[in-house]
Amino acid sequence: MKGDHHMILRVIAKCLIPLILIYAFYVQFHGEVGAGGAFQAGVVVAVALILHSLVFGLTATMRAVPPWFTRGLAAVGVLVYAGVGVWAMLNGGAYLEFQALFREPPGGHAGQHAGIIIIELGVLFAVSGSMSTIFFALAGRVAEIRDEDW
Amino acid sequence: MTDAVLGGTGTALINILLLAILFVVAIAIARLRSLFAIVILSGVYSLVSAAWYILVDAVDVGFTEAAVGAGMSTAVLLGAMLLTARTAKPEKPFSRLGPFIVCLAVGVMLIYATIDLPALGDPSSPANSGVGLTYLQVNWYDTGVPNVVTSVLASYRSFDTLGEVAVVFAAGLAVALLLGFGERSLAETLRRNPKPETRPPSAPRDRDAT
Repeated sequence: MKGDHHMILRVIAKCLIPLILIYAFYVQFHGEVGAGGAFQAGVVVAVALILHSLVFGLTATMRAVPPWFTRGLAAVGVLVYAGVGVWAMLNGGAYLEFQALFREPPGGHAGQHAGIIIIELGVLFAVSGSMSTIFFALAGRVAEIRDEDW
Repeated sequence: MTDAVLGGTGTALINILLLAILFVVAIAIARLRSLFAIVILSGVYSLVSAAWYILVDAVDVGFTEAAVGAGMSTAVLLGAMLLTARTAKPEKPFSRLGPFIVCLAVGVMLIYATIDLPALGDPSSPANSGVGLTYLQVNWYDTGVPNVVTSVLASYRSFDTLGEVAVVFAAGLAVALLLGFGERSLAETLRRNPKPETRPPSAPRDRDAT
């Protein structure tokens, strides 16, 4: 490709974006034992998306991850989180009482683990979707970021 | 004993170094006029403060600062910068005297307030002796989650976290409602250039290949 002076940037970004996403999922699923959690993982996912759009152009990113998907993801995340609370209520517990998810006695941990994993998925969806929506809204105002605009 | 003293001195030196870097970066941000440099320097500020948080054992806070402050907000500010001019207007001398006095007064008050703060890791401080200690004692029986930060955040205070998620969602929704969903650029690019492989004519790749 003639005159593509961003080639190193593109190659490195292609290597880095999958690693960033893997790290995000590591943070997501190791939140119970290590530092970080779903909020950080959601932001890291959004950062991977933003890196893609900075290097490959916003249009390419919007084709890969359409804006309707990110805003829908944000809404679905909040609904998943709130839905766990309703699930606990249907089983006779208080709203978001994880102990009631499987009607366990105190000391049983299956409901706690399941509840935490599901609400962390909800947080991941909501945070990454909202952050990507904010970035698309800001970056989508100009048609394309030209090199000399930096 | 010697190791502890040496470790303490080393930590203190790193503390001083990181705080000095923060100070220099803050002065540079206040004096610069180029918005691009300011955005990048604020990312540097976030990274250095993340390193400092990790030094004082606040790993979760440091991680959040690195992800949100250095990664996310830098990228969003870069996107916002494209909507406005590239440089801030130069200001008249002494026009910032009032804000300077306010900053000075707040700084003096904060330094005065630090005298009352408990020492780092003090077991009898309010944060460590009250409900925090209770969480540490009952957490394993209640939830079986090794990381108390996660169990407090997700299980004990699930309502708070639901509120935080709703706030994040509302922020995204508000920005999208104010600025649009960003589909204008996609639609414009598609209209000008229906083939997905080629780039729009407004962005030639080899214009400033220096």
